[in-house]
Amino acid sequence: MTKPIAEELAKKQKDISVAEFFERNRHLLGFDNKRKALLTVVKEAVDNALDACEEAKMLPEVSVQIVEMGNDRFRITVEDNGPGIVRKQIPNIFAKLLYGSKFHTMKQARGQQGIGISAAVLYAQLTTGRPAKIWSRISPKDPAHYYELHIDTQKNEPEIIKDEEINWKKEHGVKIELDIDAAYQKGDQSVDSYLKQTAIANPHATIVYTNPKAEQLIFPRAADKLPKEPTEIKPHPYGVELGIMLKMLKNTECRTLQSFLTQEFSRVGPGTAKEICDKAGLFTNMKPGELQLPHVEKMVEAIKNTKIISPSTDCIVPIGEALLEKGLRKEVSAEFYTAVSRSPDVYKGIPFVIEVALAYGGTQPADEPIRLLRFANRVPLLYQQGACASTKSVIQTNWRPYGLSQSQGALPAGPLTIVISLVSVWPSFTSEAKEAIAHYPEIIKEMKLALQEVGRRLGSYVNKKRRVADQQERVSIFENYIPEVADALSKLSGVGKEKLADSLRKMLGKNKEYIQAHKEAHKVEAKEKKDKEEQVKLGGFEDE
Amino acid sequence: MSKPKETIEELGKDLAKEVLAGKQPILNVPIRALTNITFNKKTATLELGNKTSERNFFNVAHAKKFLQTLEVAAVSKELLEIGKHASLRDVFYMVKRTIPNTKINVVDDQPESDDAIEDLEVLTGLSRENLNINANKMGSVAGHVIIEDKGDELDWSRMGSGGWSIPSNVEEIKFKKVKAKYVIYMEKQAVWERLHEDKFWDKHDCVIVTSQGQTTRGIRRLLQRLSEEHNLPIYILCDNDPYGYYIYSVLKFGSINLAHMAETMTLRNAKYLGITAEDVEKYGLKKHLIAFKDVDMKRLEQIQNYEWFKDNKAWQKQFKLMKTMKAKVEIQALSSRGISFISEKYLPEKIKNKDWIE
Repeated sequence: MTKPIAEELAKKQKDISVAEFFERNRHLLGFDNKRKALLTVVKEAVDNALDACEEAKMLPEVSVQIVEMGNDRFRITVEDNGPGIVRKQIPNIFAKLLYGSKFHTMKQARGQQGIGISAAVLYAQLTTGRPAKIWSRISPKDPAHYYELHIDTQKNEPEIIKDEEINWKKEHGVKIELDIDAAYQKGDQSVDSYLKQTAIANPHATIVYTNPKAEQLIFPRAADKLPKEPTEIKPHPYGVELGIMLKMLKNTECRTLQSFLTQEFSRVGPGTAKEICDKAGLFTNMKPGELQLPHVEKMVEAIKNTKIISPSTDCIVPIGEALLEKGLRKEVSAEFYTAVSRSPDVYKGIPFVIEVALAYGGTQPADEPIRLLRFANRVPLLYQQGACASTKSVIQTNWRPYGLSQSQGALPAGPLTIVISLVSVWPSFTSEAKEAIAHYPEIIKEMKLALQEVGRRLGSYVNKKRRVADQQERVSIFENYIPEVADALSKLSGVGKEKLADSLRKMLGKNKEYIQAHKEAHKVEAKEKKDKEEQVKLGGFEDE
Repeated sequence: MSKPKETIEELGKDLAKEVLAGKQPILNVPIRALTNITFNKKTATLELGNKTSERNFFNVAHAKKFLQTLEVAAVSKELLEIGKHASLRDVFYMVKRTIPNTKINVVDDQPESDDAIEDLEVLTGLSRENLNINANKMGSVAGHVIIEDKGDELDWSRMGSGGWSIPSNVEEIKFKKVKAKYVIYMEKQAVWERLHEDKFWDKHDCVIVTSQGQTTRGIRRLLQRLSEEHNLPIYILCDNDPYGYYIYSVLKFGSINLAHMAETMTLRNAKYLGITAEDVEKYGLKKHLIAFKDVDMKRLEQIQNYEWFKDNKAWQKQFKLMKTMKAKVEIQALSSRGISFISEKYLPEKIKNKDWIE
């Protein structure tokens, strides 16, 4: 007698640790290739540094250093002047995936899931076997701590290799050092470009960067004030799907459905709560823990059919027109800058703000597609431009009236940099790698309105510039023609060439209206030309 | 006609006077387009109307044309002073150069300088030939005619297989002896060669003339002189298509571009000998019809509406027939009846029967 096959199969079925899963699916987190891995590691460390500084209300000063050690191996060091991390949290933050403070809150921040930095540590471990080295100090009075960490990929738990107190001259802050397999290349998707763009969207931060070529780039801050601190909000019912609702019901401490709805959500008062329950056919005094799946399904459906005020929008902190323009001004050299900050709007119960800035002219190439810089919560997005809602918005905007050339379904061409920034409590991306903003109609609409606004300003600048240039060109046309006409006329009339040229020049200087195109005469000319062309086209209508 | 050199100098002096007086230099150039053409019924020629287009140097749109006109005027003055002639192409190269400090050429291609020369003609009332500017020679003639040209005596009956090639300026030619009853002008060189080989001019006592493509001014002037000084009828032989009709129209009434000198060019005595629409039927050319293209129909309609054809019943009948036929036919189609059918049968018969359109 043989055992049922299911029993055999059961032997092979076991838990897959999160760490193991990501070991095999590193592309989901932005470690697709060596070049991108370098960027992702720097990005995660810098994002964390900036978030920490802002949370602690400290003006960020971040230093990034990349040293090439040969054989495609790089040492990345990122150091901040933030609040530091208390000793016992260090292993979990850096060496445990999905551990974080931000996942459970509705608050605008760069990081979200608590995957980023630990994934970077994991990547280092997988490619070079070296542990992550962490320095942290929380105040001048406390000692600095030094850790060397690995991740136990089976258990998704930190493995502490070294843990000691050390001397560190820094008063407070965190420093992380990782050795990884990577490739360094300049260009639009490089670390250099990422940090430069970070400086644009974070004018309050100073970044000092030493790249593998040992070139030091300093992006000094343009503003000495920290952005207002974003406040935390409760989720809005419109943004909550079935799975999250189930989890919330399970975890709540509220004892009735009525209090669950009014306390765990924003914008739900007693009246609204009752309306939701009525529509779902539930009692307001039911215990949240007792709800069955069909009940929850009904409730989610009922929420959709209930009118609920949009969430408050003071929880998001946009960069602001003035600062965004300042940031752009210091990193892109151009001749015309402008920025627009839209008022907040809501998608799926989640508030967001769109801001757009542009820099026109200067040394930017005139016959290439424009440069589009995309940001989500002040983080530059360097990959997947084609899939991004911002790209779609730029393409769908008609730029021709604003003085740029644009072919159907393409980015416009011209000496222009456009910045599109989305700030939101929960920015929606097309994938976990957070590379492209998802195509919500509300978001695209806001982006287009902002683009049109800056486009109009650009248009009036470009047109004015063109008018001035035309005027100058006309004057110079005549200045160049005058000697020629004087010469020919002198040959014909016997009058001195210089005498004629002087007289013509005097007329040009005295009467600027001479140089205006005579519209009437132009019309006659055009008609005459058209007639002639018509004759020629029909053939045989000219004499030799 | 006043003396060319003085006329050009006059133009220059007038402009210089304006400039020195601080006035904007302006040339008023008569418009050479159908809109500014009238048909003088009395003389049966086209006349240039009095619409002018202002060419003001201080207008961005005109500055270049203004300069071009002055440049060709200066070239022409120089030619007149040294007593030499230049071709249209020569003038183009004499004027062409880049204006210092710019990428602008005074002229970019020959049509621009040709245009400027025509402007100069209408401005001064002088013909190109008077300005010592010549076109290329493009025509041949044969017949029992003896002429004197620059002291040389030439016999058009003894010019070999190519005939005498007609210069662009025939003003200085003297006719010593003309033995002919009529002149045939044909648009096709190949047809001329056929008639020349068959000694048609010898057998029928006539002059045969052709051009290559466009009817040049030299040829038109030569035809006019033969017609008026020796009272010869001019028979015109063209393809039966709108283009052929237009050649007749230009020869007989003048052309739009040269309306300002129509008087010295038109042939009041011209008759359209063929190919006519009726010939198609009569000489069995139906098999050789070439279908109309859109452009042909448009051209035909344009010609049909010319003032000088409007009241001409014979011509309107031709146009109508062609319109229903929606096809054209070449002169050479006659060769389908035999290589010398045209010289032995077609032409003698047409002329004998006075089978032409006027």
